[in-house]
Amino acid sequence: MARVHFTPNLRRHLEAPSVEVPGATVSRVLDQVFAANPALRSYVLDDQGRLRTHVVVYVDGGAVSDRIGLGDPVAERSEIHVMQALSGG
Amino acid sequence: MVLHLGTRKGYLAFHRVRRGQWRIARAAFVGDPVSQLLPDPRDGRLYAALDLGHFGVKLRVSEDQGASFEDLPAPALPAAPVPDARAPSVSLLWCLEAAGPAPGSLWCGTIPGALFRSEDAGRSWELNRGLWEQPSRSEWFGGGYPEPGIHSVLVSPDGRRVVCGISCGGVWVSRDGGETFEVATRGMFAEYMPPDRREDPAIQDPHRLAWCEADRNRIWCQHHNGFFRSDDGAGRWASVDVPPSSFGFAVAAHPSDPDTAWSAPLVKDECRVPVDRRMVVARTRDGGDSWESLDRGLPEDSFAVVYRHGLAVDASGEVLALATTTGAVWISEDQGDSWDLVTHQLPPVYAARWS
Repeated sequence: MARVHFTPNLRRHLEAPSVEVPGATVSRVLDQVFAANPALRSYVLDDQGRLRTHVVVYVDGGAVSDRIGLGDPVAERSEIHVMQALSGG
Repeated sequence: MVLHLGTRKGYLAFHRVRRGQWRIARAAFVGDPVSQLLPDPRDGRLYAALDLGHFGVKLRVSEDQGASFEDLPAPALPAAPVPDARAPSVSLLWCLEAAGPAPGSLWCGTIPGALFRSEDAGRSWELNRGLWEQPSRSEWFGGGYPEPGIHSVLVSPDGRRVVCGISCGGVWVSRDGGETFEVATRGMFAEYMPPDRREDPAIQDPHRLAWCEADRNRIWCQHHNGFFRSDDGAGRWASVDVPPSSFGFAVAAHPSDPDTAWSAPLVKDECRVPVDRRMVVARTRDGGDSWESLDRGLPEDSFAVVYRHGLAVDASGEVLALATTTGAVWISEDQGDSWDLVTHQLPPVYAARWS
């Protein structure tokens, strides 16, 4: 199971606790997260399901490369951080 | 009487103490950009559109005059069947209006040029296909933003007539409650475009539309190229010369006198400051034939810009709010003859509305 952590800045708007979920790609992991916490989805993804322009996701310390389809691989014990990109101020 | 402000760093409600003295009675979303507001006269609800930057656009509603808000789903465009880097996504909720007599019916105009409708007080939204599927939409482009946006939606009391202003995509009129739209820019022109595109409806940049509630054939348009007036409900537009400048973003229409309107002039598109740095409000009382420069109470050395939704007249037509991108607010209680500074300590103000 991968562990997913969210920037604490999200807590100003809604609950976004760290969770453990299965999934072989970022897309599958986040789908699991949003199934349990639907309101969180629109904070991380845009209308098209892409990462928002100023949100960045790290898998085991590396920023994901597929921001459109979220196909970056996730390992059994990956640590995933969903952060705000400083490009957004 | 309440002045609602959407600012770069939150929602504020000003209550009148006495003439020239207003106090902040409510503040919400402190730190977060509030792009638009709708104090809905039909049911007392207060809608607030947020632009959270990193985390996207959000919509909130209050049923207790802004004391508390609850989340609503923000209007969103349908997802493409497969991941698509270029498919559109809503990036700003720019316009919120009551859509007719039924409480809870709403229009929301957005960037990237999508119009949405709700019938249930914002709990669900549907994309307006009549406007979104116009073939000319591919010709629209952004005005101050990367993508086009709907900033003005005028709605008749029965909800049948709908007039949309799009930067940059022209003026669109529906006479069937939004089922179908026709472009309505005859007489508008854009001198900053190549000669053969200057009258092209799809590239017109109406900065803001306002109509007289008592005579909805009289519509005013502050346009990127200048100022325009229609006497026949957007069937035809006539250019109006507004001293000291016909450039600006905001326009307000008197609710019962079709010949009275106000604008907040700036030098020109390439120099967006008040003419001679003297802040004035321009007012006509004769349908745009002549204008007064109203400056009593306004500063002489100013760089203030009043953005599209920063000039608001109340339902009586007597009281105006003038709110700037440099965080100052003036209120006039005599149709603009004189202005009282309320504050100059705010973040940039995006939207001002009365209730």
